[in-house]
Amino acid sequence: MWRDALLVAGKDLRIELRSKVAVNQVVPFAVIVVLLFGLAIGQSVSPSGQALPGALANAGILRGAAAGLFWVAVLLSTLLAVQRSFAVESADGARDGLRLSGLDPGGIFLGKCGATMVLLVALEAVLALVAALVYDVHPAAGALLVATCILATAGLVFVGTTYGMLSSGTRVRETLLPLLFFPVGAPVLLAATKAFDAGLSGTPGAATSWIELLAVFAVAYGAVGTVAFGPLLEDG
Amino acid sequence: MRNTSLLLRATGLLAVAGLGATVWLGIWVTPPDEHMGNLVRLLYIHPPAAWVAFLAYGVAFLASLLYLWPRTRDLRLDRVAGASAEVGVVFTALTLLSGSIWGRPTWGTWWTWDPLLTTTALLFVLYLGYLALRSVPGDPVVRARRSAIGALIAFIDVPIVYFSVDWWRSLHQPPTVDLATRQMYVHGSMAWTMLLGFVAMTLLYCWLVGHRYRLATLVAIAESEGAEVALAERRAEARSDRLVGAGLGRLADVPSSPALEPAGAARAETMVETLGSEWRPEGGAGLAGSSAS
Repeated sequence: MWRDALLVAGKDLRIELRSKVAVNQVVPFAVIVVLLFGLAIGQSVSPSGQALPGALANAGILRGAAAGLFWVAVLLSTLLAVQRSFAVESADGARDGLRLSGLDPGGIFLGKCGATMVLLVALEAVLALVAALVYDVHPAAGALLVATCILATAGLVFVGTTYGMLSSGTRVRETLLPLLFFPVGAPVLLAATKAFDAGLSGTPGAATSWIELLAVFAVAYGAVGTVAFGPLLEDG
Repeated sequence: MRNTSLLLRATGLLAVAGLGATVWLGIWVTPPDEHMGNLVRLLYIHPPAAWVAFLAYGVAFLASLLYLWPRTRDLRLDRVAGASAEVGVVFTALTLLSGSIWGRPTWGTWWTWDPLLTTTALLFVLYLGYLALRSVPGDPVVRARRSAIGALIAFIDVPIVYFSVDWWRSLHQPPTVDLATRQMYVHGSMAWTMLLGFVAMTLLYCWLVGHRYRLATLVAIAESEGAEVALAERRAEARSDRLVGAGLGRLADVPSSPALEPAGAARAETMVETLGSEWRPEGGAGLAGSSAS
């Protein structure tokens, strides 16, 4: 299963390396979302701090909400990444090839999740840099932030990929997937935001229960996805 | 079948009678509350509706789980899950609505980010998604499995959402609205009315799910029968195609030569019989597969 997962993940990453869809489209999208939040909340705030007096309050709001805004941007980007991950399979009968390949379905699931996770964690690294600059925040507990990123991304990608598979055979997948995915992803958004808040404010102790919640979420949906992927792949 | 419909009708009558009695007791018989006044009468509607919503999701989850279990796999379970979730969504909406109406005068706000409220709201959206997933057209067996897995994912999320929102509130700040009013004393005629409300709403749930299930069964039959009819039509179509291909179509196409027609038709019949054994309609296997269920 793990060997199959590596094979599938390698294939997906190779496709990304050659097509560069995530780099050229998903990452800019996430950056735009972060900038849009800045426009919506912290008007006339520049990274250099040359803000008008009236806008200072807004800068404070933006700084306080930075973690949440970052994770909303990640949530939106996860949707795009998952859709991309299945768009790759829909062309040229790739899905039938996957079904006929004899690879373990659980392995295919973990492989697709792994590739999407790698892309998203890379995206988060870029996004964190941009967000730290434009929202003017100074991360304190680096290890906590990284752990949060990995666990939260794992949870989101597991749910997203399972739902992506669930809706990929249907004609309404573009509209169905967000409706299914966002409500389930809500607790991840909450937990990751709280853990980030703790990390940014330099009180990593407050994040313990949130990290646990993220871990439970990731394990639960990882297990469901691994088991459910086989039957869903057959249905296609 | 007859017994079932009688049972369903009896449940419906009882539900209507129970609701009527709840309304009568709730509005005219029970006294207004010491603190809440007449607002307390929402007690007979709001908690029962919430209970039915959670009951409905529980039933949908159980039916989906049983459907996924190979030994108890049955499309009837899928229909139960769909019917129950649909009624559940309606009652969740009722719960949110009645709670909002209650919250405005008592707490001074239509909405507060209380764990229970937030969970209920997310539950509403979650199961709207589930219903959207169910309404995607497709083969009944594929749809049933897809829906069952969807229901499983949604249900696992409920406790996670609840705990996360609960911690969020307790870590963030104490709730701005004290929900201790939920633990008010209920006694005498009020307690009985509330109990009656629970029973009546549960009966209403059973009645609605029963009818929704009946409808789903009819739809399933219509779908499979529809496929059967379509298949028969396609067969007939393909048969005439074959005749044209065999050069006999000209005879059939010229009805103005009555002398030739009977002979042509007879030859066509034998032709069809010889062809029929090996011939299969295109896409027929898929259609037959869906109609068999």
